[in-house]
Amino acid sequence: MKDGYAIEMRDIVKRFGDVNAVDHVTMEIRNGEFFSMLGPSGCGKTTSLRMIAGFEYPTSGEIYLNGTSIGTTPPFQRNVNTVFQSYALFPHMSVAENVAFGLQMKKVPREEIGRRVDEALDMVRLTGYGERRPRQLSGGQQQRVALARALVNRPDVLLLDEPLGALDLKLRKEMQIELKRLQERVGITFIFVTHDQEEALTMSDRIAVMSEGKVLQVGTPTEIYERPNCRFVADFIGESNFIRGQVSALNANDVTVTDGKGLTLRGQMVQPLQVGDDVYVSIRPEKARLSVQRPSEPPNNLFPVTVDRVAYIGSDTRIMVQLGQDQLFDVWEQNTRSTVDRDAYWQRGEQGFLWWPAENALVLKD
Amino acid sequence: MATESAPLGQAPNSSLDTLARRERGRLFGLLFPGLFWLIVFFALPLVVILLYSFLTPGPTGNVIWKFTLDNYITLFTKDLYVNAYVRSLWIGLVTTVVCLLIAYPLALYIVQRSPRWRNLLLFLVLIPFWTNFLVRTYAWMIILANNGVINSLLQAVGLPRQTLLNTTGAVLVGLIYGELPFMVLPIYASIDRFDFTLLEAASDLGASRARAFLRVMLPLTMPGVAAGSVLVFIPTVGQFVVSDLLGGAKVDMLGNLLQRLFTRSNPPNWPLGSAMALVFMLVLTVAIIFYFRTTTEEDR
Repeated sequence: MKDGYAIEMRDIVKRFGDVNAVDHVTMEIRNGEFFSMLGPSGCGKTTSLRMIAGFEYPTSGEIYLNGTSIGTTPPFQRNVNTVFQSYALFPHMSVAENVAFGLQMKKVPREEIGRRVDEALDMVRLTGYGERRPRQLSGGQQQRVALARALVNRPDVLLLDEPLGALDLKLRKEMQIELKRLQERVGITFIFVTHDQEEALTMSDRIAVMSEGKVLQVGTPTEIYERPNCRFVADFIGESNFIRGQVSALNANDVTVTDGKGLTLRGQMVQPLQVGDDVYVSIRPEKARLSVQRPSEPPNNLFPVTVDRVAYIGSDTRIMVQLGQDQLFDVWEQNTRSTVDRDAYWQRGEQGFLWWPAENALVLKD
Repeated sequence: MATESAPLGQAPNSSLDTLARRERGRLFGLLFPGLFWLIVFFALPLVVILLYSFLTPGPTGNVIWKFTLDNYITLFTKDLYVNAYVRSLWIGLVTTVVCLLIAYPLALYIVQRSPRWRNLLLFLVLIPFWTNFLVRTYAWMIILANNGVINSLLQAVGLPRQTLLNTTGAVLVGLIYGELPFMVLPIYASIDRFDFTLLEAASDLGASRARAFLRVMLPLTMPGVAAGSVLVFIPTVGQFVVSDLLGGAKVDMLGNLLQRLFTRSNPPNWPLGSAMALVFMLVLTVAIIFYFRTTTEEDR
């Protein structure tokens, strides 16, 4: 079953008291993909995951696992396994007993359990750790036991609830790569819940960005970052400058926006717009340029600016400039030359020209 | 370097010795009150009892300094005493098991309430302690008596009166009632520490509710179950007030016989009482060691 959807959520609502934690969510997750649900806390991503696992049942709507409705099937009858945020390893069992637990519940023959537990521990590079207790392992090792304990059951879908949240930054980056590699190797559908956008971008085939119980956008990491469909997505994923204004002219995909304080900007349309709409022009800081000289071939968007603040962060220099009367704008310049010469960097109070091609500016509604 | 370190090495060493000595002195200071109390009021009387148990009872309740094993032989051959041991252990066991079956679900229920309700419910569990135990046991006499509360109700709906008081059942009811809080509290504490995500994990891995409980929750809350069981079992086996008041003279437990041998019988028989108390201690110790062995096995 390589084609089709592993999980389909059809118009799912989950109500707690009088709050819709999940508000009419429809999502399709393809077989074998690494799918992330990304959003701030309280956006409904964990509740969605718990409904797929069976820990919560939807208030309304249907969930399908490989085409079969699983709405109110209890967790122990779903071929879906979870890696918990806290790992939830059984402290009174050895590592091997933890990994064997799911197979014992399914009454797999003893010899096969032994073999599969060893395989699973090999897979997460914990060969020889079977006799240890979970508390004798480091956080990263416990994390891998949790993975082995879930994957040993060969689930149709593996659910991961912020599994890297408790690890320190360096270990987290290692585990991101390891998780992705593991997923490619076993070919199981992974549904990964996280609030860390970089984590989602690094690992996912596709990402669903969620906010306040709703799915705002589903797409590949490139689509999500380069073509966000609303201000929230552009703001939540990466960083962006937003200039507020009104649409004053439309020409095919080319939108002209005025901010009412003398700025006129050109950007591209990513969603249907009409003249007069309130919009934000979104420009990523790395997609704008700052130069001392006026460019010889002036682009559509060119503004004289004053440098307000400069932050040198090693790989980049982040320059905050004053644009127009009261608009601050962040520009990132990569430090491609190795030098300690002060003149090679921007200084506070310097004058310059800020510019970007119209295609780098997206015109978004709220 | 070597010449320098030799004299330097000595000074800190001797001051380290002083420190260690001072530390040991301080620790002994902490230990002393407890040690003193236990030696004077527990260990010494125990030695006296051990001694008495091998001596011969005199005709006026006195003790004759003549070594004998008769006391122990009487204990293991006379039905009165053998039955009292068996009955006490049996009553202790039933009380412990019934308390466990009531307390575990109750503690689980309390843990799952909101903090405000928890505190209220725990308070309610403890409220009986505010009244003297003897008074509460007299209250049970009033409830169970032949013309007591229950029999009046039975009569009112046209049912025959039942003999409730002065039965083993009455003793059990009184004991279970009195000991229940001692079972609830330790179990509550261990369930409170239990991470309920582990039950979700077990369920996720294919365990039904029953299996998740048996394989994950019960082993991890076993320390509370063990502590509660010991706290209930030991005082129950040694009870004499409840069995005296609610059992009449008909339900003799060890405590009742001990009390009689030391104070009420004519003449008092201290050597036999001492032997009985020692065997009682020994049986309890063995039972408890066995219990801890079987219940804590899971965790090591």
